[in-house]
Amino acid sequence: MSVKVPKPLWTVVPFALLLILKPVLPNWAVTPPKSCLGGCADIDGMIPFVDWVNAAIKFLKKHEFLGAFTFRDMTRSMSDGIQILLDITEGILHEGFADFGVGAVPWIVLVGLAAIYGWYLRGWKLALLGGGCFFYLALFSKRGIWELSMQTLSAISVSAPIAGIIGLVLGIVAAKRLGFERILWPVLNVLQSLPHFSYLIIVAIFFGVGSKAGVIATVVFAFPPMARLTMLGIKNISPEIIEAGTMAGCTRKQMLFKVELPAARTELMLGVNQIIMQCLAMVVIASFIGQSGLGHDLLTRLQRLAIGQALEVGIAVVFIAIALDRFSQAVAGKQPDHIVHGPLWKRRPFACLALGFIAVTGVLSLVTPHIGQFPQHLTISTSIFWDGIVDYITLHFYQPLSIFRDAFLVYFLIPIKGAITWIPWIAVITLVGCIGWRLGGWKLLLLTCTFVFFIAASGYWVRAMITLYMVLVSLAICALVGIPIGIWASRRDWTTRLTQNICDTFQTFPSFIYLLPVVMLFQISDVSAIFAIIVYASIPIVRYTIFGLRNVPKDIIEAATTSGCTYRQTLWKVRMPMAFPEIILGLNQTLMFGLFMVMIAGFIGTVDLSQEIFRALTFNDGGKGLVIGLCVSFIGLTADRLLVAWSDRQKKAYGLT
Amino acid sequence: MSKKVKISCRNVWKLYGSNPREFFDRHQGDPGEDAIRSEGYIPAVRHATFDVEEGEILVIMGLSGSGKSTLVRCLTRLIEPTSGKVEFDGIDLLGATDQELIDIRRHKMGMVFQHFALLPHRTVIQNIAFPLEVQGIDRETRDRKAREIIEIVGLHGRDDYYPRELSGGQQQRVGIGRSLAVEPDIWFLDEPFSALDPLIRKEMQDEFIRLQSMLNKTIVFITHDFDEAIKLADRIAIMYEGMIVQLGTAEQLITNPATDYVAEFTRDIPRAKLLSVGSIMEPTGEDVHPDLTVSQDDNVSKIASKVLSQDRDVRVVNAEDETVGILRRQHLVEVLFQD
Repeated sequence: MSVKVPKPLWTVVPFALLLILKPVLPNWAVTPPKSCLGGCADIDGMIPFVDWVNAAIKFLKKHEFLGAFTFRDMTRSMSDGIQILLDITEGILHEGFADFGVGAVPWIVLVGLAAIYGWYLRGWKLALLGGGCFFYLALFSKRGIWELSMQTLSAISVSAPIAGIIGLVLGIVAAKRLGFERILWPVLNVLQSLPHFSYLIIVAIFFGVGSKAGVIATVVFAFPPMARLTMLGIKNISPEIIEAGTMAGCTRKQMLFKVELPAARTELMLGVNQIIMQCLAMVVIASFIGQSGLGHDLLTRLQRLAIGQALEVGIAVVFIAIALDRFSQAVAGKQPDHIVHGPLWKRRPFACLALGFIAVTGVLSLVTPHIGQFPQHLTISTSIFWDGIVDYITLHFYQPLSIFRDAFLVYFLIPIKGAITWIPWIAVITLVGCIGWRLGGWKLLLLTCTFVFFIAASGYWVRAMITLYMVLVSLAICALVGIPIGIWASRRDWTTRLTQNICDTFQTFPSFIYLLPVVMLFQISDVSAIFAIIVYASIPIVRYTIFGLRNVPKDIIEAATTSGCTYRQTLWKVRMPMAFPEIILGLNQTLMFGLFMVMIAGFIGTVDLSQEIFRALTFNDGGKGLVIGLCVSFIGLTADRLLVAWSDRQKKAYGLT
Repeated sequence: MSKKVKISCRNVWKLYGSNPREFFDRHQGDPGEDAIRSEGYIPAVRHATFDVEEGEILVIMGLSGSGKSTLVRCLTRLIEPTSGKVEFDGIDLLGATDQELIDIRRHKMGMVFQHFALLPHRTVIQNIAFPLEVQGIDRETRDRKAREIIEIVGLHGRDDYYPRELSGGQQQRVGIGRSLAVEPDIWFLDEPFSALDPLIRKEMQDEFIRLQSMLNKTIVFITHDFDEAIKLADRIAIMYEGMIVQLGTAEQLITNPATDYVAEFTRDIPRAKLLSVGSIMEPTGEDVHPDLTVSQDDNVSKIASKVLSQDRDVRVVNAEDETVGILRRQHLVEVLFQD
């Protein structure tokens, strides 16, 4: 009698065999040779990637091209140029131009203009949000939040346009030249999965420190989505529109500027929205290399564990993020209306209103100084309130919370961590290879195994496995929490809307913000890190579950209903299987979000790759930072390739593409 | 025929596949069905040869995938044909440089698209003036011209609306207006009314006839709707799997279908409206019924009630009033009830 093994099971057989054989495996097959086990100060790995990168950095620093200037001279003069731009925006927003006797834009003008613009874009709700956001910044500026916010805004208003232009140009070239697209696409993939901290060091080496370096780091992080969306936008233009342009006799330049870019407007504006959100996500991270503003303030307060004050600053960041997000979305969604003829105030009512408002405040400023300066005696600080909450939690919940934390750590996390780090690396690479081969043939096998091998060869295998453990635990909990929420939310229209709104709002929070409440509850530990990841990374799985369930074709659900299915039967027998490919994609996104958050959580003390990155940051070790960053990126890309391949296969099998 | 040939299309091929030109040369410019299939090429257009005469409406008609859209794009060089020759006013279109092509398109060609292909960020007047704008014509002149066209296509008062604010029919009026802005010599319409609902479609067809009576353009019109083809065409080309299986007037297609496919296609068409008396009469020299006559050029449906109200056959005469044949009631009934 032969036992019939179902086909998918064969994929894990080699892996299981290697696990069983672990006791007899040679040492090099269990832990990659030359891996860092404890202190990772001078680790080369099997292949000395770190040395190579450092040698390259040294070359670019020292070698004089044409005997005249080094690469670093070039980059440094670039950052000087950025400094000039920063001087201008900072002058406008908060410092004024003393040389010309011109002050900064008064707070009331920003509040008013934000409100008027919001009204123009989407009515009174957005007006209230925009005006309210700036009013909040002014009202709660006891600790100088207004000035800090203006510094942050001025940095964003330099980095966002630069990132936009770079993304736009790269996107256009990639849309026109297939060869360039083939190169650009993987570069964007790596850039987007690289932890921010890993290239901060390199930015600091070549561009120095301070706000100008912060701008550069932000640009590097923010341009990829714009490049992608530009490419997508141009490629998605209906071929008929391009043909119409050709038949009108457009030259290539006319085609680009008069047809393609305007027709791709919605995608381009979404790209701008993405850029602004990425810039805000970098607000805190860029302050590691000395960018001033809200992020810097938040960081120092977090380091001093002044949770209340940090929260106050954090809320300001969140307000700015929500306002900028909704505004840029509104711009993206705004469709032009037909032109009304008549006098100026009828044709451009909102522009007239804005000008009128500026004129009125200008006159008023002659009467009262409070127009230029928010009355100090009216400003409020909420940090005492937040500190009170923190104290209350510490006082009343310290016992139960620490019991929960310790139990979670001892009985759940530590065993899993032990199990995952116990697995021989040969077994991991075999498993990845088998799955890759099954899902996507030898190409996928080769790609994913290269990624895994890079991690093994780099010398940071053990740390990488700890990172993987944190991400996998969080992923499992996210799935357990997120999928049921998604199912619940997809049941009715109002629950869907509600959940989507909550997700939208949470997603605009810069990632560092998530550390505040978890540190408040669990102090500094793996548990805090994992909870921060769970809160942050559950968003995509909820979103994708809702999307998958709601997008099951209506007639299929009707067919199920007329077959006499109960709600439960329809859910489990029809909708869940149909939504499955989307849910896999959701898991993929959750994993990516998780990896990002793990890196940031290293800031509150975990012993995985992120700790090594922070160490590299301290010792200014550019090569180490980049190589560890690539390790993280390759963990993400391996999972991404496999999960996307799986989802595509399922979709194809269901005929959903 | 003495009319001037506007477009001459000679043995045009369009193959899709890995290396169509090499494949094509290897088969001496005439690959057979088997070779095409076995090497995995897809023939979109095969040896298309025809002329479009000045002032005529040539309708290219076929089901989706028959290659009609590809063919019209070969004529405008929106698609590069694999081989063949297209002459436009005696100019070799396939040999034209990019700049020459831009000039030809700017001044001599207009095209209307199935899904309108309006630029969403431009108002009606800006859309219509677009071809003039890319020529570098100054704003005042092109706005004046565009306003004239807005009147012609019946969009008065909608000058400053955006496409999304218009109905489908109105959007296609803008598309038609844009294609007419440069006063083209030849007008290509690629299924212009297919995306519209039936009532609007009929309205736009009438509008098209009205416009053509004013403008008298040379037209290549693509459709998958045989009724539309009959209504508008001077001549119809029927395409099947990339080949033009028959080219002729509607009456020729019905009375003398070249293949079973054409016969199948034309079977359910109300013949009475298309056929002339001459095509269904029995030729004869005798004088049978001197009292009742019909002209051989008359439409069958036009004389039907006159003939059927009598209970006998009628005499058919030509323009000189000479007897040329006899129209049997039996034949007339068969044509009218199509069995």
